[in-house]
Amino acid sequence: MNRITATFQKLAAAHKKALVGYLTAGDPNPETSFDILRAAVTSGLDILELGVPFSDPTADGPVIQEASQRALRAGMTLTKTLEMAVRLRAESDIPIMLFGYYNPLFKYGLDRIAKAAHAAGVDGLLVVDLPPEEAGPLKTALQGTDIQIVFLVAPTTRPDRVKKIAAETGGFLYLVTKAGTTGEGGLDYEAIRQHAAEVKAVSPLPVCLGFGIRNGDDAAKLAPMADGIIVGSTLCNVVGQAPWAPDLPERMAAKIQDLRAGLDRS
Amino acid sequence: MNKLIGQYPDATGHFGPYGGRFVGETLVSALLDVEAAWSSAKADPAFMADFRAMLRDYAGRPTPLDLAERLSDTLGGARLWLKREDCTHTGAHKINNVVGQGLLARRMGKRRVIAETGAGQHGVATATIAARFGFDCKVFMGAEDVRRQAPNVRRMELLGAQVIPVTSGTATLKDAMNEALRYWSGTSADTFYVIGTVSGPHPYPEMVRDFQRVIGDEARAQMLEKTGKLPDLLVACVGGGSNAMGLFYPFLDDPCEMLGAEAAGDGLDTPRHAASIIGGSPGELHGALTYLLQSDEGQIHEAWSISAGLDYPGVGPEHALLHDLKRVRYEGVTDREALDAFQALCRHEGIIPALESAHALAAAMREAKKRQKDQNILVNLSGRGDKDLDHVLAWLKEHPGQNSEVRSQESE
Repeated sequence: MNRITATFQKLAAAHKKALVGYLTAGDPNPETSFDILRAAVTSGLDILELGVPFSDPTADGPVIQEASQRALRAGMTLTKTLEMAVRLRAESDIPIMLFGYYNPLFKYGLDRIAKAAHAAGVDGLLVVDLPPEEAGPLKTALQGTDIQIVFLVAPTTRPDRVKKIAAETGGFLYLVTKAGTTGEGGLDYEAIRQHAAEVKAVSPLPVCLGFGIRNGDDAAKLAPMADGIIVGSTLCNVVGQAPWAPDLPERMAAKIQDLRAGLDRS
Repeated sequence: MNKLIGQYPDATGHFGPYGGRFVGETLVSALLDVEAAWSSAKADPAFMADFRAMLRDYAGRPTPLDLAERLSDTLGGARLWLKREDCTHTGAHKINNVVGQGLLARRMGKRRVIAETGAGQHGVATATIAARFGFDCKVFMGAEDVRRQAPNVRRMELLGAQVIPVTSGTATLKDAMNEALRYWSGTSADTFYVIGTVSGPHPYPEMVRDFQRVIGDEARAQMLEKTGKLPDLLVACVGGGSNAMGLFYPFLDDPCEMLGAEAAGDGLDTPRHAASIIGGSPGELHGALTYLLQSDEGQIHEAWSISAGLDYPGVGPEHALLHDLKRVRYEGVTDREALDAFQALCRHEGIIPALESAHALAAAMREAKKRQKDQNILVNLSGRGDKDLDHVLAWLKEHPGQNSEVRSQESE
């Protein structure tokens, strides 16, 4: 069974919520990044979104933009991201999703990325600028693997479209909690509660909430509304605040433990 | 020949393998709204009548078709005919598109418009229309461009727009477009994004083409009236490609050759150029599959050209298709060739062209020399060059002795 699906089943049986974490591969440099990832997956993450850095991340706020730029300056590529997934898979059974923009995948070749991701033990793909209407070629390329494509629903998505996307998504449904780009803060909890309830009512798969979550307290407030939460900017900010710090893996572990504790007390 | 007019894009916004709507889910609804509004507007005779009236009374259309007789005689070959988009209000074809999108924004009840700009021409055009319609206006501009294009920044501010310097990424046009998309994804409820060229997500490539086709529609009738036949060759410069699509589109099913001039900067054998089609490869940026300047790993490269308006690492998806179909030939024009053509037009016709348009002119001059005098070449003179004087004078100072080819022929 796909590791993402298995993880949600296990969490549901234990009455727990999923902590999904995004980290840009190669930030602040490939070697440190691997140590940070290793710390992250052993500190309470349930699913890892491994960010493929891109020069033009139009859906991201400043924190993840800067993480991408740091990784690119350090020579990070999709090829090296896949190598990182292989190394991580050798140490951990955590579900790994490649998370990024379409162009690096397209340029690499869709058939080629499907094979390489499968071989690397990748379980899911989330392509920010690939709505279901444009995902046909990638889906075709993924046939014969058990890699799932996760789609997003935004606050601006109309109800008829929510239904369509919920039917298309694999693994879980990513519910964006606010309009605009990724980044911490700016959440309207009551609006999110309503939207999440509407979306959960039509989604056959687990629903996770992402964008704007800063800490364990935010996690605790949001967790009851859905099946899990997704954090990105707040993790990348651990690196962004002090990319030179020698103890980045420990700082990342502490950050994730805080989020985990918040989630588990909800 | 298969008919091309009316065939592309398909119902999902694709031009063959190109185009589409590759955006984050947050923007999909905004684009569906624009698409629905545009579908209803173009079928509404009152909307189209408003558009035509405003092009006439505000933008100054139709623009003249002008035979460049002295330049043609000097070259000794085919006749060069200039479609004088430089004569429009604000001095470039950009006004056609912003009039159309401004009317659409008003029809949709939006109160704010945003735009990206490189050199500032599209920003000025958007600020112009915002003032005319009473919209709040924000223009995203790379911080580097803000510094280099100070007069256009002042112009936009005078027109009431707020210019927002973009420092992310490479701080150039592509980053300005990234930032405009980010801003729009948080504000689409009351904000209309005025994209400046035939690129971006569906329906922009189609919509901008349809607002710009007035160039080709007029020129086609004017050529028939003045010469009794269709031109043998059409030439336009291609950055994003809106002036070229505007000129070419009404001629696509005619037996006319077409040539798109891409900015070859220092040369196609150097990294300093902006020729996405002939020097790039297929990929997706800013919502559309098309040709891009990019690395083997799919990271977008910075484009380079002396002409800020051609300085974009992508191209409209319909051009990508027309290239693959071999319906349009795309060639590079270097900075040096463009500067030669710029000077030639100044001295032989008393017209100071935009550096963008000088690329088209250079390609047309190359062709004219190879052709007989009974052939007619239609060139889109997409804009006027007042904005470029500082750049041109600085370039000429740095490159002494680079007199135009036409001048040296004359003095022989």
